[in-house]
Amino acid sequence: MSQTQKIMEVSGDTAIEIRKMNKWYGQFHVLRDIDLTVMRGERIVICGPSGSGKSTMIRCINRLEEHQSGDIIVDGTELTNDLKNIDKVRSEVGMVFQHFNLFPHLTILENCTLAPIWVRKIPKKQAEETAMHFLTKVKIPDQAHKYPGQLSGGQQQRVAIARSLCMRPRIMLFDEPTSALDPEMIKEVLDTMIELAEEGMTMLCVTHEMGFAQAVANRVVFMDQGQIVEQNAPKEFFSNPQSERTKLFLSQILGH
Amino acid sequence: MAFATSRAEASKGGFRLSMLIYDTRFRAITLQVVALILFLLFIGWLTDNVIRNLDAKGKDINFGFLWVRAGYDIEQTLIPYTNDDNHGRAVIIGLLNTLVVAFFGCILATVVGVIVGVLRLSNNWLISRLMTIYVEIFRNVPLLLWILLVFVVISETMPAPADFKITPAILESRAALAGLEAQAGGNGLWMRIATLKLGSLPFILWLLAFIGITVAAWQFASARFQGAKAALIAAIPALIWVIMALTVFSPSLSGGPAADAQLAEIGATEPAASKFFFDSIAVTNRGTNIPAPLLDRPLGGTEFAGVPVNFSVLAVIAVLIVSLLANRAVVKRAKSIQESTGNRPTTWYISLVILFLPLILLLLALGLHWEVPGFPVNDQGVSTGFNLRGGIQVMHSFTALLIALALYTSAFIAEIVRAGIQAIPRGQSEAAAALGLRPGRTMRLVVLPQALRVIIPPLISQYLNLTKNTSLGIAVSYLDLRGTLGGITLNQTGRELEAMLLMMLIYLTISLIISMGMNAFNAAVKLKER
Repeated sequence: MSQTQKIMEVSGDTAIEIRKMNKWYGQFHVLRDIDLTVMRGERIVICGPSGSGKSTMIRCINRLEEHQSGDIIVDGTELTNDLKNIDKVRSEVGMVFQHFNLFPHLTILENCTLAPIWVRKIPKKQAEETAMHFLTKVKIPDQAHKYPGQLSGGQQQRVAIARSLCMRPRIMLFDEPTSALDPEMIKEVLDTMIELAEEGMTMLCVTHEMGFAQAVANRVVFMDQGQIVEQNAPKEFFSNPQSERTKLFLSQILGH
Repeated sequence: MAFATSRAEASKGGFRLSMLIYDTRFRAITLQVVALILFLLFIGWLTDNVIRNLDAKGKDINFGFLWVRAGYDIEQTLIPYTNDDNHGRAVIIGLLNTLVVAFFGCILATVVGVIVGVLRLSNNWLISRLMTIYVEIFRNVPLLLWILLVFVVISETMPAPADFKITPAILESRAALAGLEAQAGGNGLWMRIATLKLGSLPFILWLLAFIGITVAAWQFASARFQGAKAALIAAIPALIWVIMALTVFSPSLSGGPAADAQLAEIGATEPAASKFFFDSIAVTNRGTNIPAPLLDRPLGGTEFAGVPVNFSVLAVIAVLIVSLLANRAVVKRAKSIQESTGNRPTTWYISLVILFLPLILLLLALGLHWEVPGFPVNDQGVSTGFNLRGGIQVMHSFTALLIALALYTSAFIAEIVRAGIQAIPRGQSEAAAALGLRPGRTMRLVVLPQALRVIIPPLISQYLNLTKNTSLGIAVSYLDLRGTLGGITLNQTGRELEAMLLMMLIYLTISLIISMGMNAFNAAVKLKER
């Protein structure tokens, strides 16, 4: 598999660096001393039981959630209270949500051009061309003038991916992108994500799709109770888990 | 599919009478026909009953009373009216009084309601709780009580007109104070700074506000700008606050050249009551006196079917319409520039000029000035007469009705606005934020277009409620449609049936017009999903 060989190439520079990051919801300590470095072109799958803080962690990377201590540096920009830094990071980082979060009052095309027009200040025509390019890539160019409510779940999630790509992000975050989908739609979304990975996009993906992790990820990160318990290459991670907690988790999700 | 099958079966069996009840195709029609017959019978019985009873009393149905002399006065009229005019004109005066309260009431209720509704969602604990209290207080007390309460409060607590007068005693006190000030070397800037009452409550409040404003300004500026620029921008509000202390707030913050004991000896240097808003609006226990616009060079006017038509007002309206159209063209051009180059040109100052400059020029050409209400002053500067002269006197019944209706309805509108915004899932604004849209843009481009869909239908109901609730004006003797047609005219002419029918018809028409307008607006903004 020469494709797989290409995937495994990771360049030397850092895309995301998280150091000693902590987060609390009131008294509840959600994230404890998170340390994670992501290299450019790396694809990381984050898994763990529900409530372990996986989603919260990746939502901290584009500041949808605020962290209370520690550093997060994305593409050389440190996330602080500075709005300009937040804007800069958000325009570099795309995100795909579990429930798609398409804008129901706009057509598919308008969904894809809204941010390029208002944030990147791209001429409408050019933004539409870019949008059609990415809609073709996710294989739904013919739906461009429909509204999100008219599309199936899988199609909506692919639109959501195209919408993020239209901002030309250097990093993509996926927050359980297939959890709200029917089994046959999961495949079409995963195929799109695999294609993206093959092009060398830096990806962080919270998912329970272990097949995807094995096929695409450079590294699997296992989280529990707000901590990173274990991280390893997928082969090692699945065949030789180190901690008891990981073994239990894997036996539960791979057991049936 | 089901229809085709039943059709086939029916044709198989032919038509039987029992199918009128048991066959789904005929059942609906049968029920409707029965309902229609019952309804017509009921209407027929009512009409028959009315005609018989009127007959027994020797009455007929006749709207001729509308052309009979009315003979009663109406305190507040938008178009000329005397008690020599007929009942028809009195009805129109009442209708206009209803409409003017409804119009301003709807605007005021919407403005207050939207602000309260949005603030109730604020992250600030104190603000959101205060807004909750506001909503609960206003919507849980009957509207009639609010109208009476506001009326009683403004007519009982406001000063009498005489309190606005400048008396000879006041003039003497002023002369004495001026003498003292001259002795101490005037009440200039240095004097104000030197006599700042540092320990007094007003000064402490001012200082706390100063600290709050400066900290907030610094947080705002340092998040957006850096270094000297941030400091400069943060300093602007603080500077304004200091200037305010030495000018507007000076009387309460600085002692001035005279000591408190001396001031007490001199006596009052101002009348007991003063006018609001740059000395132009006087609220007395008799009514509210507001400035009246006067024109030096009016365009004249004519009368059309008994209604005066003022050409100056028409000119103002025409200029406003042209300005609005011109502004729309500017916005459209900005949009097309954005579509072709990506950069939206800044248009707010062009809009400002287009919207206001022609109007200001027209008003200057017409020679607009304001006749401010006040007492005539004799050559010594002492007020003469018993009441304020000039300007427009607004009845307290109008003010009370307007304020109570607007505040009461705003509580409901606030809840509607809050519900509309909360109906939009958090995911929508999160997705917009993840795409890099700032909160203001997110609100305008993503949240509001969806929220309006939820907000508008119940908002129509609130506008209709407010309009119909104006009829409660009877409690404070506000002569609206209910007060003229349904009140004095009805009592004088004894034409209850005609007056009530006419009144119902007019309220129905107003409601339908509001409903139609708002529905058209709703259709324009509603979510096109499929």
